[in-house]
Amino acid sequence: MFRPRNYQTEAIIIKKTKLGEADRILTMYTPDLGKIQAVARGVRRPKSKLAGHLELLTHSQVTLARGRNLDTVIGSQTINGFLPLKTDLWLTSYGLYVIELVNQFTADHVEDEALFRLLLETLQSLCQTNNQELLLRYFEIHLLGASGYRPQLQECVTCHQPLGPITNFFCASIGSTLCPVCRLNQPFARPISVNALKVLRFIQGNGYAAVGRLEIDASLSYELESITRSYLKYLLEREVKSANWLDELKEQMKQPGAEEKKVYQP
Amino acid sequence: MNRGTILGADTIGRLIQELNRLPGIGPKSAQRLAYYLMRAPQEQANQLADAILSIKQKIKLCSICFNVTDSDPCAICRNDQRDRSQVCVVEQPQDILAIEHTGAYKGLYHVLHGAISPTEGVGTNDIRIRELPNRLRDSLVKEVILATNTNLEGEQTALYLNQLLSPLGIKITRLARGLPFGTELEYADDATLTRALEGRQQL
Repeated sequence: MFRPRNYQTEAIIIKKTKLGEADRILTMYTPDLGKIQAVARGVRRPKSKLAGHLELLTHSQVTLARGRNLDTVIGSQTINGFLPLKTDLWLTSYGLYVIELVNQFTADHVEDEALFRLLLETLQSLCQTNNQELLLRYFEIHLLGASGYRPQLQECVTCHQPLGPITNFFCASIGSTLCPVCRLNQPFARPISVNALKVLRFIQGNGYAAVGRLEIDASLSYELESITRSYLKYLLEREVKSANWLDELKEQMKQPGAEEKKVYQP
Repeated sequence: MNRGTILGADTIGRLIQELNRLPGIGPKSAQRLAYYLMRAPQEQANQLADAILSIKQKIKLCSICFNVTDSDPCAICRNDQRDRSQVCVVEQPQDILAIEHTGAYKGLYHVLHGAISPTEGVGTNDIRIRELPNRLRDSLVKEVILATNTNLEGEQTALYLNQLLSPLGIKITRLARGLPFGTELEYADDATLTRALEGRQQL
């Protein structure tokens, strides 16, 4: 099969590791090639022409040259630099969380254009929305769906009965809801309130245009976060490092309140 | 791989191996250095060995600014000629060298020894960031200059420091970001160009 020596693709930079003196290995998520890695030479030098277009959280058009082992980035042009994400402490942290999850949930060279669109939509919405926590839940639920871990929220997974309007349970190891009776066999299932279940179902079935209009109070937001977090942690079998940082930030700044409600203009 | 051993010269093979571990030194450079040192005068080899040993034995961190130094407090913190109303926050000790080389700054420093990087698990406990507010409180400092790198981690560290230090009521400034000297405009990225436009100056 003919394979051209150079090829072009859209890409969102999701990880970078230092290599040698001035190079980096970049991990990028692309619509047509899935997750790929490539070497960017000289990008740690101040005069690098590529560096600014290859920063984390950047949507770029990149040109790559095939290499024996890793491909090399030979050109790049920013499509969207998501500048608001890079000039706000909270938004940067949220953005890093999003790309870390993408990196952890995907394997190299498995293309998934829908996931690319989700990632792009999430980063774009982060620049505009003022309900970032809800956006993260939206992203998490749909990322889980795209990776084959779509949580089952419609009925009790054991007795297949519809869930009543009472506090039910969610079990991370099964990835499903349980009714109060069946949960007795699942000691690690955690309670999930009626409202939280409704919101999660709504998120699962709708785009962000609809989800973004939901109004969620702080305690419900916290409940949703702990449910999705526990499920993600169970699946990944490790901590999400940038989630720990978000927790640290929340702990120190004791918001989200006045500060975060600002509307960020791109 | 190890030619020294092949040739039966274990001693020089060991040196080549050690040199090879240094950043930026490949097997060929290591070989060249090793053979050069073998022929160099004894005195030069002694000086090099001594310099390497003393860097491990004598160098410590300044208790005020955390710069690397062989006397505590460091030469900059001790110097009466320096402007004590300014503190410049940098990521690495090497950054101080770069700024000192310009000769354009006469204030004090604070070395963080890293930058906040959530995806690599570097948080505020892993770098010298919490020490800064304590140092600034009740001090003569009137301005903090954030000179962290202009990549995502450095930028995030600067944003965090801004939040952390703003309650102290000290003026906080960030190094200007614009086009580096000797570049071509068409290759500049959006972030740099936007900042360069914002920060334009009348000639």
